[in-house]
This record gives sequence, C-alpha cells and structure tokens, in this order.
Amino acid sequence: MKAHTLSVLVENRAGVLSRVAGMFSRRGFNIESLAVGTCEVPDMSRMTIVAIGDDAEVEQIKKQLNKLVDVIKVTDITDVENVGRELALIKVNTEPGGSRAEVMQIADIFRAQIIDVAAKSLVLEVTGDSGKINALENLLRQYGITELVRTGKIAVVRGGKGLKSSK
Amino acid sequence: MKTGAKILIEGLQHEGVEVIFGYPGGAILPVYDELYNSRMKHILVRHEQAAAHAADGYARASGRVGVCLSTSGPGACNLVTGIATAYMDSIPVVAITGQVPTALLGNDAFQESDITGITAPITKYNYLVKDVADLGRVVREAFYISGTGRPGPVLIDLPKDIQNAGLADETPLPEHVALRGYQPTYRGHARQIDTALRMMAEAERPVIYAGGGIILSGASQELVELAERMGIPVTTTLMGLGCIPCDHPLNLGMLGMHGTCYANYAVTDCDLLIAVGVRFDDRVTGRIEAFAPGAQIVHIDIDPAEIGKNKPIDVPIVGDAKTVLQAMIQRMKPPGARGKWQDQIRVWKEKYPLQYREDGALRPQYIIRELSDLLKGEAVIVSEVGQNQMWTAQYFCFKKPRTWITSGGLGTMGYGFPAAMGAHFAQPEVPVFVIAGDGSFQMNIQELGTVAQYNIPVKVVILNNMYLGMVRQWQEIFYDRRYSYTELPSVEFVKIAAAYGIDGVRVETCDEVLPAMKLALDTDGPFVMDFRIEREENVYPMVPAGAAINEMMQGYMK
Repeated sequence: MKAHTLSVLVENRAGVLSRVAGMFSRRGFNIESLAVGTCEVPDMSRMTIVAIGDDAEVEQIKKQLNKLVDVIKVTDITDVENVGRELALIKVNTEPGGSRAEVMQIADIFRAQIIDVAAKSLVLEVTGDSGKINALENLLRQYGITELVRTGKIAVVRGGKGLKSSK
Repeated sequence: MKTGAKILIEGLQHEGVEVIFGYPGGAILPVYDELYNSRMKHILVRHEQAAAHAADGYARASGRVGVCLSTSGPGACNLVTGIATAYMDSIPVVAITGQVPTALLGNDAFQESDITGITAPITKYNYLVKDVADLGRVVREAFYISGTGRPGPVLIDLPKDIQNAGLADETPLPEHVALRGYQPTYRGHARQIDTALRMMAEAERPVIYAGGGIILSGASQELVELAERMGIPVTTTLMGLGCIPCDHPLNLGMLGMHGTCYANYAVTDCDLLIAVGVRFDDRVTGRIEAFAPGAQIVHIDIDPAEIGKNKPIDVPIVGDAKTVLQAMIQRMKPPGARGKWQDQIRVWKEKYPLQYREDGALRPQYIIRELSDLLKGEAVIVSEVGQNQMWTAQYFCFKKPRTWITSGGLGTMGYGFPAAMGAHFAQPEVPVFVIAGDGSFQMNIQELGTVAQYNIPVKVVILNNMYLGMVRQWQEIFYDRRYSYTELPSVEFVKIAAAYGIDGVRVETCDEVLPAMKLALDTDGPFVMDFRIEREENVYPMVPAGAAINEMMQGYMK
C-alpha cells in the first residue's frame, strides 16, 4: 500500500467532479485527498488526486479514470520529481501576553502567515508538504485548535516540461 | 426556427434510427408531438423498463444502436434496470428522457428525478442538456460514444423548455465526432501480437476463451479461422455463444458455473489461455486462483481496464477483437503437433457429455433440444434469467452470432420477453423465440399487450415449474430443501394470452412438444406455449460458488 499522486486533466464541465468521486466510491478505491481547479488550458481543469493502494489497485484506478469520457489525461507523478504543496488555515486559541507569543514564534519557524488576530485567537496560513503541515498541527494542538481546513495536495512536475493534454 | 424537439427527431433520423421503444408523459410531450410527423416507427410499450429492454434486444440482434424514450421522473426511473442491463453486457443503447423545465431543476418539481445522477454509474456517459444550441451535437456524440469502442448505454436528459426552445441559427452538425477524452484503441500492439502468436504456436495445450466481445466486434469468422488454422479448441462464455458454431469440432461449449465438464477441464489443464472479448467474470472463473492455474494468459480486449482487473495477464493486447484477430491471422506461424491434447479433449467429451434423464417425463432439456432440432439455428433465441437461461445455453445449438440474446452480467429477470420484441425489429424475417420461466415471464407479462397491439410474432416458450427454479435449486442443494418463498401458484398462461387476443397451447407430455412448436411457427403473430415441466429438475453440471471450475457437481449420469 502506497500513496500515489495523480495529476488528472479533465473537462471543465458541470458534473465532472461527481463522476470522478463517484467512480472512486463505487469501486471501493481509497482516496486520501482531491484538489481541483482551473488550469493553463481555459476549458480544462486539473485535479490532483492522492490515492492509496497496492500496485494493481492503483493501476485499476488509473485505467478507470481514463475510461471516463470527461477525463482527458491521467499522469501518475509519484515516481517523477515533483513539488507538492498543501495549504492549511488553522485557528488557534491564544492568551494575550501568554501563549500568543509562543504561537507567533512557532508560526515564524514554519513560515506561516498570521492572517487574522482576535482577542483570544489567531488564524495561521501555512503551505508546505503534508509532513510539514502535520508537524505544525501537532505543535499547535496543545494550545487548542478550534478550526482547521486543508486544501488537499496539489503538485507539479519539476523542470520545464508541462504535462501534455492529449490522452 | 427549429425547436429542440425537432432537432432531436432530425438527429435520430440522421443516425439512421428505424424504431423507437417508448412511453409518453408530461415532460416529453413536445418530442412526442414532433414524433407524430416522423416516419420513424415508435412502439408503445406497457412499462418503460420494457422500452429499455426492447432497445437493448434490438441492438443485440442488429449490431446497431437501440433507442428508448420516456418521460421524466417515474418514466426515467423505470428505464434504470434496462440501462443497467445494457451497461453490464456492453450493449449500445441511447435512452432519451424528458425532464422538468430548467427553471424547476433541483426544485423537487412534479415528476422530477435526477436521472443523470441516478444513471451515472450505469451509463457509459450521460447528458443533461441545458442549452438547445448543444442538442444537435449531443445527439451525435451520444450515438458515437454508445456505439464505438466498448459499447454501452448513453442517456440524454432533455428538459421540457429545451424541447420547446427555438434555435434560429442553423449551424450544420459536424461530420465526425471528436472527443479529446474518448479515443478507443482499435489496433493491437504489433509486438504483443507477435509474442502471443509465438506462444500460440509453441503451446502444447492451448484453449481460446471467447466472449461477448467477439459478437460485439463482429469477429466470429476471424475467431473460427484462427482457431482452425492454429488447431486451438474454443470455449465461449454465456455472452459468446454463437461466435463459433456449436457443432464445430473445435467447440467446447460454454465454460463456468454451468459450463460443460470438458470446457472446464480443458481450461483448468491448459498451458496457454487466449482470452478474447471476455472479462474473467466470477460466474466463469469460479475461485479465481484456481482458474487456468498453470497457464500463461493472453488477453485481447478493447477496454484496457478489463485487462488485469481480476487476474494477472502475461500478454495484454488492447484492441478491437476483429482487428486484432485479423492481424493475428496474417502474421501467424504454423503450430506444432497437438495430438495428445486433442485426444485428451476427445476423451473428456465422450466421458462427460451434457446429459439428462430421458424417461418420458416432460423435462426442459428435451424441450430445448426439440426446439433446437426444429429451428436448426435459423432463429433468434432470447432467454429470461435462471434455469431457463442455463438450459437454453447448454442444449440449444447456436450456429451464428447475434442469434442468442440474454442478460448475462446483470442477470435481469423480465428481460427476455421485451428484448425479444426488439430483436424482431432487428431481424424481422427470422422467427424469434423467448425461453422463459414462469417467474421471469410474469415480471414483464404486461408486454403481451404490446405484442398483441403490433402483432409482433414473438413465440414464448414458458418452462413452467411453478417455482423460482434457480433459487429453489440453490435452496435444495445449499439450504437443506427449505424452499423459502420460491413456490409460485399455477397460472393459466394460455388464458392470459387469450385475454390479449393471443393464441397459445398448454403442453404436458413429450409428444405434444413438437406439434406445439410447429403450431407456434405456423401462427402469424405472437404465440404462447405453457410447458408444464418436471418441477424439481436441476441445472447440471454445477460449480458451487467459491469452488474451482473443475470441481463440478454432476447430476444424472447414464
């Protein structure tokens, strides 16, 4: 069992997300995260899907994705040099004069931005790979996290070449 | 100005549609009004499920795309079982459903259902048309997607305001459909083909395992030629029956749960399995680890996702069966001698033939054999699902592709009778027989109204044992004869037929069988035969679920 990162070009059309998500649930595949948005081609979207399974399972996932008419290209970038990032927004309890300074220090170390300050809380914005975000989350837990949102991973292959949009 | 309804009807005509099976309703009225002017035939069924099955039967018997039409909500939902049946067997069907006006979508309006959501897992693709300017293109794409590659059903959901909307700008439809996300592979990889051919020439005990893909691709002739020239025996799946003549010396018959012993033994013992247009279904393979355990496997299929799905494959070849088999015939090398393998198969065939007790009692196998002898392969045989289906698969001698129509993947009871109506419109010159059980027939018995109204000459053979026979068989064998809710009361099917103005006979003895069938053939129009068979006759051989396919239970042996 291994996490695979799939970069999937799809038609930018109503219903595509539900077709993709439906295929995963229907066939009992495990999905760790799915992030989707517009991309460099105007009428396409790019999904970054992190799926977990053994080799045979991931092979099936790729084939079943390719079978969907709205899916234009599936690329498994797991074993290709790539940069993957996730964004998280974390709301943390802080006491003025007490834990607030500590949290700000931690944020600094993780190069997280403080994007909202209230009397008894801070909102941190952090990007990085999943490991970094997990580490920050663990550190902040002692202060009390009231809300946490993560985007799921997005990734691009390193170097000058793009992922071509033909099947 | 052209309305959406007119664009749809013209689109269907442009695709060469001859016949539509449908049922009107509020949300599809504009299309029906336009249909009233059309030269296309429309058959009014008695339940929308029958429309979907009839379109499917038409597609299977003709090789063309079948079309069904219904209103929104309940009408659309009633199509679902038929669409799922077509999906599981890769049958090209275009289903068109009315929908509430776009302004009411998502509003829980009267007779609204999210049919594109409901059918997403059971269609190859579906459309909800929200702009009349898209409709012409959508119809073209729907037929293209449905009928090419690995075929399958496509649904077009058409809101009522789109049917009424006018389109002033008449842009001509594109000649060719181009979809960047859908590009099936037809030609097999040349090097893979050569590898497969080398293995086929060298193998000592090869078997070809052929399925519905051969029929869909029209590759029967190529299959038989390759088998003959390479001297390789052929076993077929339920869906593949007819792709090699049943009386061909290389034919092993059907394999799997109710397959022949010799087919199952041959597959278990083979050293090379050439799988073409099949998907290693559990009813075929039994316990998958014990399926062809010592064999290298070549798998030819147009759908890459089928290759390696259930069983690791040594030589995958993605491509259309006909195209790949043609390439194989061109490039093949002569095989080595396989006398020992042929002798072994001959021994199995002699030792373990299909057999049943011939004691004068009215048994279903006898009825199917008589029908087979009478029709000599010159008929379309449509089955329901259950024992009737397995006895027909075992005892009817199919000689040509597209003469055997059955719900294999989904196993839909109630499929056969309406599918036979569709088959008639595909092959109007050929007799169409339905082999049914009393249970299955009663699932869509209302279609007697349709065959009566249009005088559709479907001949119904009811193997009436007053049980849900296949379930009863499992209860007998695995549940200690506890027949929990599988007994059906006697029904006078001849009287029901008579109420619709349809002739029929009841048959209780063997010597009445042939005269009844001849009477059916001589009758102009539909005909119902109610055969009162031995009630607890079982289908044998049988591989219990979870067993290896060579671990068969035998029934009666001489």
